[in-house]
Amino acid sequence: MNKQLLIASALLSANLTHAADFELSGYVGLEWREHFEEGQFNNANNEQADRQLGLTAEPEMVWSLADGEQTIVFKPYVRIDSADDERTHGDIRELSWMTYGDDWEVTAGISKVYWGVAESQHLVDIINQTDFVEAPDGEDKLGQPMVKLSFIRDWGTVTGFVLPGFRERTFPGDEGRFRTELSMDIDNAQYQAGEEDAHVDYALRWNHTIDDYDVGFSWFNGTSRDPIFAPARTSGELVPFYAQINQLGIDLQATLDSWLWKFEAIYRTYDDSVKNDFDQLGTLTQRDFGVENYTAATGGFEYTFYGPFETNWDWGVLAEYQYDSREDGSIAIGQNDVFLGSRIAFNDAASSEVLAGISQDLDSAGTQSFVMEFATRINEGLKLNVDVFLLMSDDDENVSYQFKRDDYVQLSLNYYY
Amino acid sequence: MNTFKNLAISLATSIALILGMSAQAEFNLSGLSAEEQGLAIAKERKARDIGWGDSSSSVTMTLRNAQGEESIREMRMQSLEISDDGDKGLTIFDMPKDVKGTAFLNFSHIDKSDDQWLYLPALKRVKRISSRNKSGPFMGSEFAYEDLSSFEIGKYTFKFLAEEKVNGVDCYKVEQIPTDKNSGYTRQVAWLDKEHFRGQKVNFYDRKKSLLKTLTFSDYKLYLDKYWRPMQMDMINHQTKKSTELNTITLAFKTGLKDSDFNKATLKRAR
Repeated sequence: MNKQLLIASALLSANLTHAADFELSGYVGLEWREHFEEGQFNNANNEQADRQLGLTAEPEMVWSLADGEQTIVFKPYVRIDSADDERTHGDIRELSWMTYGDDWEVTAGISKVYWGVAESQHLVDIINQTDFVEAPDGEDKLGQPMVKLSFIRDWGTVTGFVLPGFRERTFPGDEGRFRTELSMDIDNAQYQAGEEDAHVDYALRWNHTIDDYDVGFSWFNGTSRDPIFAPARTSGELVPFYAQINQLGIDLQATLDSWLWKFEAIYRTYDDSVKNDFDQLGTLTQRDFGVENYTAATGGFEYTFYGPFETNWDWGVLAEYQYDSREDGSIAIGQNDVFLGSRIAFNDAASSEVLAGISQDLDSAGTQSFVMEFATRINEGLKLNVDVFLLMSDDDENVSYQFKRDDYVQLSLNYYY
Repeated sequence: MNTFKNLAISLATSIALILGMSAQAEFNLSGLSAEEQGLAIAKERKARDIGWGDSSSSVTMTLRNAQGEESIREMRMQSLEISDDGDKGLTIFDMPKDVKGTAFLNFSHIDKSDDQWLYLPALKRVKRISSRNKSGPFMGSEFAYEDLSSFEIGKYTFKFLAEEKVNGVDCYKVEQIPTDKNSGYTRQVAWLDKEHFRGQKVNFYDRKKSLLKTLTFSDYKLYLDKYWRPMQMDMINHQTKKSTELNTITLAFKTGLKDSDFNKATLKRAR
């Protein structure tokens, strides 16, 4: 990681000596998150926050060289949280150099990549680690060091990735929300690979558009972004363990008139040694860690009514099904779940939109979640977001159970410049 | 007989274009039905707009509500003419600031629905979107998507109505009925000037056949000695009293854009 920083800063300083187009943009934000219920894991030593105030900033600096044929981007991010020290954090979302030709493109440095088509969960998307302290939906990502090379051909785009350096997932602290019952010992993460977080991962992707169909195949080899939570021997804490995996992914979208049909699936394999270790640990602790080769999939549709009820709205209706072959709600949230949602784009001058949806665990009648996201522009630079997240579970074996009292309403104001 | 007439008209048009003469001298509507006259005018309009190759422009939109409150949009557009199909276009949004970097890729087609992708920079996500939404507002403005798409003969059936003056300019008044059932309009009435076949004014009638909007074109500039482009377009919604002013700030043709500048990879790196 340090090496990438050095290369990128060398590039930056080299660039600054030449005349280059420079552009600064970004936002600063204020956030107020209110929880309705007391923390589930309050004890004599610490109490989970009921109210979290946040200050965020994400400036983006772009240098454009050689008539735009080369671009350098620097995008740091910082959040200060009033209650949770772990949520107060910074990250380099991007610090990269990009150049391209007619049918190829290279990016080197810290960057972000998105794969996939589904809305309710993002199985195929694996390059960047989740910045979990940001939000429980897992949509915020940490910057990933990479060298990325794409070839754009008539038969599709092929992209190869070399990923030197691994980012550990962020977790809320004891005073935060969306924590586990046992404290997370994030300073002592364990790795299968001897190189630990210096292990070099590889990935390859092909994607193409064939008429109304957008299709992608991907392969990833390296350190799993999803930690396995192992109990520490002495401290009684949880230790994140990062295994080596091979993962194949497919994503497919059919865009047929007002219908979007979406499908994503992955097949993930672990090494036998790791499977055996966790089998033994599982027997000892009477737990299933889910370390087995498995398939997971998400599929569904989005149908949009354009201008319903004599309005200018786009009114979309979404349904997605989530499957995991391990069929165990204590391992995977979306193992047999249905997501039903609706979104409205009001198409007004303020670009107002609202998305609301509910997820129901079909294996556990008492486990469901509700999400609502509303956004509107207050004036040219100011955007208001209202987010509601509710999670119910009466099944103490279910992953969701530990977050059942972390329901919140959140107001955020972002000023863009 | 009709085929022969149409052929004769297009032949005359082609010869006029080849000779580089003002086609108006050759343009003759006599002896045609109103529908044939409408089609002949539309074909002439299209014929005068072939061969522009590619273009690059920056545009602002000023949205005004009934109270006169303004909201500004800024965007840059790149377009590529495709000879046997609809054009390709890439639009990059600069204002409002919260959508800065959002980009839109469009492959328009004559005989089937357009292919469209949207790039969301915060997520780094490219989304294929439905192009079914022709009648929806573009960026919250009074322009619908279909108002901004390129003029194609197959999109309408035509009927010549009259010769009229608009702002002191002699015009053909032509009725255009959209062929696409997803259009937000039952009909349009367009005024094209007789000298250059440029749009001067269009009235749009909604699904209830009442007057919805009026578009006026002004400040025409000539490019490559052949292609006229309006630097200002004003769309007024008579029902909501909202309006949108669209101004072309910069425009250049034959900037060297190629087919390889229009794909999902260029959409992602568009700035």
